[in-house]
Amino acid sequence: MTKNIIELEDDSFEERVLKSDKPVMVDFWAPWCGPCKAIAPTIDALEKEYGDKMIFAKVNVDENPITPSKYGVQAIPTLIFFKAGEIADQITGMVAKEKLEETIKGVL
Amino acid sequence: MSKSNYDLVIIGAGPAGLTAGMYAARARMNVLLLEKAVPGGQILVTDWIENYPGFPEGISGFDLSEKMRIQAEEMGLKIEIAEVHSLNLSKELKEIVLKDRSIITKSLIIASGASPKNLGIGEDKFIGKGVSFCATCDAPFFKGKTVVAIGGGDTAVQEAIFLTKFAKKVYLIHRRDELRAAKILQERAFENNKIEIVWDSVATSIEGFFGVESVKIKNIKTNEEKVLKADGCFIWVGILPNTSFLNDAVETDEFGFILADTKMQTSVPGVYAVGDVRDTPLRQITTAVGDAAIAALSAEHFIENL
Repeated sequence: MTKNIIELEDDSFEERVLKSDKPVMVDFWAPWCGPCKAIAPTIDALEKEYGDKMIFAKVNVDENPITPSKYGVQAIPTLIFFKAGEIADQITGMVAKEKLEETIKGVL
Repeated sequence: MSKSNYDLVIIGAGPAGLTAGMYAARARMNVLLLEKAVPGGQILVTDWIENYPGFPEGISGFDLSEKMRIQAEEMGLKIEIAEVHSLNLSKELKEIVLKDRSIITKSLIIASGASPKNLGIGEDKFIGKGVSFCATCDAPFFKGKTVVAIGGGDTAVQEAIFLTKFAKKVYLIHRRDELRAAKILQERAFENNKIEIVWDSVATSIEGFFGVESVKIKNIKTNEEKVLKADGCFIWVGILPNTSFLNDAVETDEFGFILADTKMQTSVPGVYAVGDVRDTPLRQITTAVGDAAIAALSAEHFIENL
């Protein structure tokens, strides 16, 4: 687990995501989700490349039920990209690095 | 365009591709495995595997795929994340076209697997909003809720049972009057009082405003229609081969699954098909890894005789 990926909680979500100056990618995940674990190395790699322009964060949906339900997350992994407090893009399910990188570039 | 040369290229890093790669790397072939997303394949979305020998307590799909990947890489297999766009198999050396370059190889193993089939009843707009193909990923979001599961094979029945850990009620919709799933799974489904099997029926539409609110079903014997209130709809009605890059380069059956002989060779010499993408009577991890070992040996023999 890369330390550069911020672990968010329901309480800290507004402050750290909605009020962030930089765009934020939030990875909704859970420890029981195989595909979430499978895409983690891809997200780590992209954080190394784009970490200076975008904040990479994740929400454990087991421990933080309020945020996923607020954004209608009913499937994981779901990645939601926030820009200036608004949803800029969203990806559900396992995704190739190329597609994820395109989405990041699109949001930036 | 830069070009590389390999003895063997494998397409797909599910159990079949990883096993073929392990055998080939162990035989010291110059081998590359191409994977379009992440290694693992369909077993990544399998909650629990209890029919792969050697794991008497069972093992999660993610753990098994990770073990297979690590074992193959330790044997020397190189895995590259890249999607195959097309194949050119008309010459002795095979060309694999990626987005930014082409790869030349003496032999090729296609292990690209299969994906869940859609129903085509408007479920697309509800994906991630109640419609799912993966209980392991999404079942916990339906804690205490009612869900519909569609299908009658191993996957449908196993996953419907898994859903009952969270959902208060699971309607299992099946178009025939008996299940195709393994008997042990059928027994568990029949004993489970949260599962109600709706026989002889198909789903005809999914309704909802923000997400799934109900699923309309029809009894195909009586034509009687019924609306089931449900918060989720899980679909397991079979699979389609992942062959978008194939363009008839090798022969397939009527559904697009690749035809291969007992050595796993396709209609093109030096090109092999293994695992779920192959026309095969059984699609299991055990059969995929068996196919793969045979294909790796066939490829090794093939290039020795070039």
